[in-house]
Amino acid sequence: MAQILDPLLILALALNFYALGVSRIRAVIDAVALQGMLLGLAPLVCHTGTGVRGLLLVVVTVVLKGVVIPRLLVRAMREANIQHEVSPYVGHMASLFLGAIGTGLALAFSFALPVADAHAGLLIVPASLATVWTGFLLLTTRRKAITQVLGYLVLENGIFLFGLLLLEAVPFLVEIGVLLDLFTGVFVMGIIIHQISRSFASISTEHLTELREQLPEMQE
Amino acid sequence: MAYLLLLFPLTMAAAAFAVPSDRWRPRLLPLGAAGHLCLVLYALFASPQPVTGLWGWLYLDALDKVVLGFQSLLFLLCAWYAAGYLPLRSNRTNRVFCACLFAVSTTMTLVCLSHHLGLMWVGMEATTLASAPMLYFNHNSRSLEATWKYLLIGSVGIALALLGSFFLAYSALQSGLQSTLFFDELVREVPQLSAPWLHAAFVLLFVGYGTKMGLAPMHTWKPDAYGEAPGVVGTLLAGGVTSCAFLAILRVYQIIRASSEAAFARELMIFMGLLSMACAAVFMVRQRDFKRMLAYSSVEHMGILVLGIGIGGLAAYGALLHLINNGLTKAVLFLSAGNIHRAYGSKLTDQVCGAMGRVPISGALFLAGFLAITGAPPFGPFVSEFTIISATFAGGHYVAGALFLVLLAAVFIGMGATVLAVVQGTPSESTASTSYRDRFATVAPILAALLLALLLGLWIPAPLENLLREAARFLENPR
Repeated sequence: MAQILDPLLILALALNFYALGVSRIRAVIDAVALQGMLLGLAPLVCHTGTGVRGLLLVVVTVVLKGVVIPRLLVRAMREANIQHEVSPYVGHMASLFLGAIGTGLALAFSFALPVADAHAGLLIVPASLATVWTGFLLLTTRRKAITQVLGYLVLENGIFLFGLLLLEAVPFLVEIGVLLDLFTGVFVMGIIIHQISRSFASISTEHLTELREQLPEMQE
Repeated sequence: MAYLLLLFPLTMAAAAFAVPSDRWRPRLLPLGAAGHLCLVLYALFASPQPVTGLWGWLYLDALDKVVLGFQSLLFLLCAWYAAGYLPLRSNRTNRVFCACLFAVSTTMTLVCLSHHLGLMWVGMEATTLASAPMLYFNHNSRSLEATWKYLLIGSVGIALALLGSFFLAYSALQSGLQSTLFFDELVREVPQLSAPWLHAAFVLLFVGYGTKMGLAPMHTWKPDAYGEAPGVVGTLLAGGVTSCAFLAILRVYQIIRASSEAAFARELMIFMGLLSMACAAVFMVRQRDFKRMLAYSSVEHMGILVLGIGIGGLAAYGALLHLINNGLTKAVLFLSAGNIHRAYGSKLTDQVCGAMGRVPISGALFLAGFLAITGAPPFGPFVSEFTIISATFAGGHYVAGALFLVLLAAVFIGMGATVLAVVQGTPSESTASTSYRDRFATVAPILAALLLALLLGLWIPAPLENLLREAARFLENPR
């Protein structure tokens, strides 16, 4: 299965870099949607005997990650008149660089983790760790609420990828974990984005800076 | 029995959602909470057979009993207060708020009952989702920001905990064993599991659930959430939801204790505990917002809990006792702070002073709560903190013990300045005034919480003592 799975994973890794490097939010949304769909299809490649439950999981993840969530995000963007630029705290070149370092570390780290014989030689563990790292980068270095949601989705993709290794051993945990995470992603963040856009007329988290520690005032 | 414990609050949530009248709905709260507490007490002390269900996925063991019993009691105090508080906020519908209160109680019960790491994870995720709408009760931009941070940081933490659970499951697969996530099976199998995966799993689970618990440096959602939410939500989060996250960490610790990674886990817990206390002490100095100050106090006490577990032995018993004492005292502080906030329309010390004069009972309770939480005898937190400190020194952790004492003193000074600014003095002409004055319904639950905290400082009832000893023993020897 490595022949089909490895190119898929490499494509997912390339999408990580694409998401870090592009400046238009629409492009990031598309990248995250494509990555979600690719990884959603991966169980079909990984496990020959996918049952009805497995197929259901594939359908649900592909539909949610590939269609529903991106549509919600695009709609939120349109309704809130969000500008199309990502506006990162850390520049694109620097984020790409950090992403490359993280991917390298993920590779190094995964060599230290022994894998089961059935999974020897697969790229799943490093790809998953690298994707989780990319999700963190997007979460912490981007200004707008919508890109933080995208970061959360990439993080979730990375965790889903690791779940592939366990789909046969503990199907319940993987399925419920993935679905609940997606549920959080879709509903709550969708609602919040809606509310933020109504209250602030734009969904940049820069508006969300009212709450912070105020320095003690100087003596007058 | 297990099903009943879960279905009862869930039914109450549905009932609260269905009741059309905003005036009558809050009265369901104390009723439902009292019913839940009765069921819990029966399950803890009177149930003839072990409480179990769902083919072993639900099981109430010694550790769960302490947390379940406490969170049910705390929920009753919160519900009692909310029944008096919500009519004051009659300009806003409380349908979602009441339903969410019961929903949070259900999910906390689920976390306590679950005997399976995956199910427990589901319960923790559900507490986050169920409590978020309550944070947004005030419907303004500040509460929206707090809710956003709470959800985002909480979800990332929970996602990391999921990855940690995956790692744990994989460590069995890698060792050629049947993957399992039942606690007792994990504890039995853990010596044969793959050490590198266990190591990574513990870090991820600790960081993930530690985020929900609010340990530094993952505590950043706490000041905002506690600062903006109504006092009753702050109480429920600081005493209930964080206790459930603590229970999750205890579970993971129980598993890791039986492996070669035990020493690493304990060192990490001691370090993170002291870091949380230090971080809280720094941010409490000259804190002008007294509700945010309480959030940092919560960070500090979460640190004390983790530190106690890391030290182990008698300190672990002290930490379990402190879980209860801290929760009760937090109820006193958050609820009385909520009353003061209501009376002044502000939570900044520039605008709030002389609370003793304007709302004498709430002001006095706030002051008493401050003395209790900073470890003044004869209140409960004194006993539990003293137990932890003496066990720390007895265990030879002199540096940790000394730092603990220094940080406690720093917190006392920092917190004292803010609290005294609030309660003392006379309000000037320019101080805004609202129509709120102390009344029985919003003061009695606080008084009850304070009396309970005082009682635990003077005398621990025998059944509770047994429960705690049993839980501490089970924590360190789960087999």
